[in-house]
Amino acid sequence: MTNDTTALELCGVRFAYRRGAPDVIDIAGFTLARGERVFLKGASGSGKSTLLGLIAGVLQPDSGSLHVLGTPLSDLSAPDRDRFRAAHLGVVFQMFNLLPYLPVGANVTLPCRFSAARATAAQDAGGVESEARRLLSRLGLDTADVWDRRAAELSVGQQQRVAAARALIGGPGLILADEPTSALDADSRDSFIALLKDECQASNAALLFVSHDGGLAGHFDRALDLSELNTARVGTAGAPQGAHA
Amino acid sequence: MSGRFPILSLALRSISNRAGTALLTILTVAISVTLFLGVEKVRHGARASFENTISGVDLIVGARSSPINLLLYSVFHIGDATNNITWDSYEAVAGAPGVAWAVPVSLGDSHRGYRVVGTTPAYFEHYQYGDERPVRFAQGGPFDDLFGAVAGAEVARELGYAVGDEIVVGHGMGSVSFVEHDSNPFTIAGVLQPTGTPLDRSVFVGLEAIEAIHLGGSTGTGTSLTAEQLRARDLSPEQITAFYVGLTSPVAALRLQRQVNTYPEEPLQAVLPGVALVQLWSVVGAAERTLSAVAAFVVLVGLVSILTAILTSLNERRREMAILRALGARPHQIFVLLVAESALLALAGAVIGTGLTYGGLAIGAPLIEARFGLLLPGLVPGLYDLAIIALVTGAAAVLGLIPAWRAYRNSLADGMTVRL
Repeated sequence: MTNDTTALELCGVRFAYRRGAPDVIDIAGFTLARGERVFLKGASGSGKSTLLGLIAGVLQPDSGSLHVLGTPLSDLSAPDRDRFRAAHLGVVFQMFNLLPYLPVGANVTLPCRFSAARATAAQDAGGVESEARRLLSRLGLDTADVWDRRAAELSVGQQQRVAAARALIGGPGLILADEPTSALDADSRDSFIALLKDECQASNAALLFVSHDGGLAGHFDRALDLSELNTARVGTAGAPQGAHA
Repeated sequence: MSGRFPILSLALRSISNRAGTALLTILTVAISVTLFLGVEKVRHGARASFENTISGVDLIVGARSSPINLLLYSVFHIGDATNNITWDSYEAVAGAPGVAWAVPVSLGDSHRGYRVVGTTPAYFEHYQYGDERPVRFAQGGPFDDLFGAVAGAEVARELGYAVGDEIVVGHGMGSVSFVEHDSNPFTIAGVLQPTGTPLDRSVFVGLEAIEAIHLGGSTGTGTSLTAEQLRARDLSPEQITAFYVGLTSPVAALRLQRQVNTYPEEPLQAVLPGVALVQLWSVVGAAERTLSAVAAFVVLVGLVSILTAILTSLNERRREMAILRALGARPHQIFVLLVAESALLALAGAVIGTGLTYGGLAIGAPLIEARFGLLLPGLVPGLYDLAIIALVTGAAAVLGLIPAWRAYRNSLADGMTVRL
């Protein structure tokens, strides 16, 4: 079933936060090809964050199989999933993506410090630092200006581009973007999506772009709606409240 | 590249990002460690100084009471003798085989609140303190006249005495004596250097002088005789309070002690000063141990302040933990990050505290020795200080387990996304 041409493959995946609690995720099948850029529309409360947690390997499905880049994530141990995530996934959040106390350069190269595979890949592409500088300038940032500045000093739009550069460094096979543009205004949103798409294409990374804003769907190869994909009846936001009080 | 190194450097960067809070926390630990080490230094200094109040003396002989009582009045000049002993007993012991020297002391008079010790000039030759340090004169020398006196360092400093000044000796204790032997003033012949012993707070005169000022009666209304008339009298003492004995060989101490204790003519008692001092310290040492315990608790308060600072920052740092998780950090690395932060703060505080202690000692120790004669031990950091630094850091790491566990739980529950 799985072959090297899929970036992501979910089959009969079910997940509940507690044993006996109603399922938050119940997805019969969902596939993403390598290098494909897909828009997933998900309103808040549709299980979006939970789905991303499963794909990233932070959460473990109760049943079904989940393959990322041909690796059966659902069969790996927690440390192996962490290692796999460090090596093969790039993640961009809605906002506050960066460690505020590190300079921009250190933020971008951080994945290479958590994963030897990413470091090697960046090294092969011309060196960790030059690769980081290249990605930053490709994403429209003035590298000389921002490199040594603390991440917290940048505008939100600039921070999202730094986050994208960090997700892309070391050539991960799959980029997860969780509402990365919802803090941006319309102009910078469109240019951010265009740059992200281009860079994913350049590094042959698949992109799963999740947003509640269906109007963005036109930018992508394919668009799906999580509420159709996920047949679990989810009332409220995914995680049980109070689990992290 | 995914080892401890990024976590440790992240911990450092994260601390420096919260420099204000971190500095206050480090300062709290530094001050508490300074207090603890300072108390320890003074404690050891005080103990060593106390146990070496008198050395070079093999036996102290006085009227029969308890060893500690004898030590208290004959060495520390605290309290009074239950009884005097006769000059005949002194001569009998002083002439016993194996005795190298004997120095009598006669107590009971005072000068403006300071004890007056009647003795012989040999006292200054034989009295030793600390690591067998002899008594030295800052000015002048031993008295050689009937009305000559030697002032201890503190007496001279507080009362502003120098060689040649005249003083009046009173009977009994208290800063205002009811009976002052003011018809026979003494002249200061010498001033002692500070020793950190009761010598500093004493005035020394000859035994004959004590006899002379008491000629009018033992409770002393004083005598109206002139100095010349007194010099003509026989002033051999009949009684003394106690005497110090030096032996030709210390091995003989126990034998002579037994002989003195069973002396048939008079109930006498001999004590070994070293043994009695250790006994006495075990009584007064309770205060010292209490001080130590209080200082240790202050260090604990310092460590708890680290815990407070980290726990307070934890909520606002959940985003940071989620980012690290998304980048592939394992939950145990988040755990290590917080333990490392706690340990790093404590390490910095302990090292600074040790530096402050020894900096303070480098400046303060010469002053303390000059003024109080108290020798503080170990002016360079030693193994003990390293052990304290290690202990404080280790304790902070253990306390760091609490926020680390919470962050670990949070990062398992939050995953990559923070739902607050």
